[in-house]
Amino acid sequence: MTEQQAGLADDILENGVAMTVPPGFSIDRRERHTDEYFLNMGPQHPSTHGVLRLMLRMDGENVLEVVPHLGYIHRGLEKIGENQTYLQNIHLTDRLDYLSSHMNNLALCLAIEKAMGIGVPERAEYIRVMVCELQRIQSHLLWWGVLGMDLGAITSFLYGFKEREMITDIFEEMCGARLTMNFFRPGGSFADVPDTFIPRVRAVIEKMKTAIDEYDTLLTNNVIMHLRTKGIGVLPAKTALAHGCSGPVLRGSGVALDVRRSDPYSIYHRFSFDIPVGTVGDCFDRYKVRMEEMRQSLRILEAAAASFPGGPYRSKKYASYNLPAGSYYSQVETARGLLGVYIEADGGPKPHRIKYRSPSFANLSALNDLAVGHKLADLVPIIATLDVLIPDIDR
Amino acid sequence: MKTNAKNTQGRVRPVERGEFVPDGQAHWSLAGYLTHLANGCLSLVKGMGLTFGYFVHPGRIVTQQYPENRETLAMFPRFRGRLALVTDAASGAPLCTACGMCEKACPNGTISILARRDPANRKVLGRYLYRFSQCTLCNLCVESCAFGAIRMAQDFELAAYDRSDLQLVLYGKED
Repeated sequence: MTEQQAGLADDILENGVAMTVPPGFSIDRRERHTDEYFLNMGPQHPSTHGVLRLMLRMDGENVLEVVPHLGYIHRGLEKIGENQTYLQNIHLTDRLDYLSSHMNNLALCLAIEKAMGIGVPERAEYIRVMVCELQRIQSHLLWWGVLGMDLGAITSFLYGFKEREMITDIFEEMCGARLTMNFFRPGGSFADVPDTFIPRVRAVIEKMKTAIDEYDTLLTNNVIMHLRTKGIGVLPAKTALAHGCSGPVLRGSGVALDVRRSDPYSIYHRFSFDIPVGTVGDCFDRYKVRMEEMRQSLRILEAAAASFPGGPYRSKKYASYNLPAGSYYSQVETARGLLGVYIEADGGPKPHRIKYRSPSFANLSALNDLAVGHKLADLVPIIATLDVLIPDIDR
Repeated sequence: MKTNAKNTQGRVRPVERGEFVPDGQAHWSLAGYLTHLANGCLSLVKGMGLTFGYFVHPGRIVTQQYPENRETLAMFPRFRGRLALVTDAASGAPLCTACGMCEKACPNGTISILARRDPANRKVLGRYLYRFSQCTLCNLCVESCAFGAIRMAQDFELAAYDRSDLQLVLYGKED
């Protein structure tokens, strides 16, 4: 038996337990004199952003394998949804990805509208696009602040929340809630936007233009940020596609897939915006893609605010939304990626089966490929730039 | 509605990656190393300069002194706090007709309505039970009400020490 074969056998059977060494493993087992050990990260770890539990197979400080353990915040929303009417289901979508609740609402509303052939007035379409883009900025601001905090910079957390609060106030005045909005309805929204909406949006646009430059000064052009994210967690485009990644994670790997462009819903086809893509696919590319997306969202907002029309905010209300039997699918681009809603309807007021294709779940599956071979400390920016949201993973 | 029109505006643009850390293997010369060191230190100073700017301009800070400003803190009119009954301004009687639409609209079984007959044998509201512990503040009940008889109140400090404190009888006899 050659030395190499012995090493291989050692990898496969260790104490009678099959061990796998993932590709990308950079340390030769035969030369190190340490034992592997398992480390539990989470579910109550500040940098896992909620109740994400990771089991790590470690060699010293090097991560050999990452296995996410899910289900700590599983609420069975798809099953609950089978016992709720379509209208009641909208408020459940708030709780998928709570930072993109408007966009989640929209995904379900689009499916209902498609099934029942409900039209949407012009003003409602503008409200939808503007609200969704505001929320994209809001979500990215929270991500930006938390990313800084994960890397050890409390400052960015406070600065990100400063502008985020302006947007949250717009939402609060508009629909009364700050997180679980439940604002959109089939055919529009439950209320018209207040008169202060457009002035407030203009104020956000003005503020954000200088604020993003401040963020660049604080974090983007910070040498520590560069050293901690560049070359860390490289996700090749092919792997990203194989995992079903979407959103900024996929675009960071260089694939220009954006549902707003490839399958425009609402009135996104009328607005001009660039799709930022990464060139390397590392944490820094994912970071820059999100920063650039905020600027592009501001472009959409500016154009929409300039041509914001009057008129009704909702088409005809139905007493009960009974979808004709059949299956319906709709997808939107949330702040985290592609959210798909698949409804199997039986003609009644409640869905026979409702399925959410959530972006965070697919994005998380790439975590092992990203983290292998890196240090434990690098796992933190990797999780942060994947921007997974745990309720969106577990549903 | 989904549109099939393709968006041809805008383009796909690679992001800029900055100058601090070169992609791929770095081959520093001494001059390159020193430039890198200077740039790195400068970036830290610039970031610090920004926070110092806020330090000397406290007017730009937007912090709310929350527990202290309780007296003046007002929620927006549409703020969704807990549920409340709307009463007739003149008589003080609730506008609710005990039709039960809100009970049906609620996704969580939060509302229970007991109707009773008044002396003229008309159906009127007997008891309005609201289980706040189950409420997700989704506003569907308010939307479903055809009489404008319920609204979301502006209260915002809603924590309670005991779950039974969240069983609210909005109208009628307390247990």
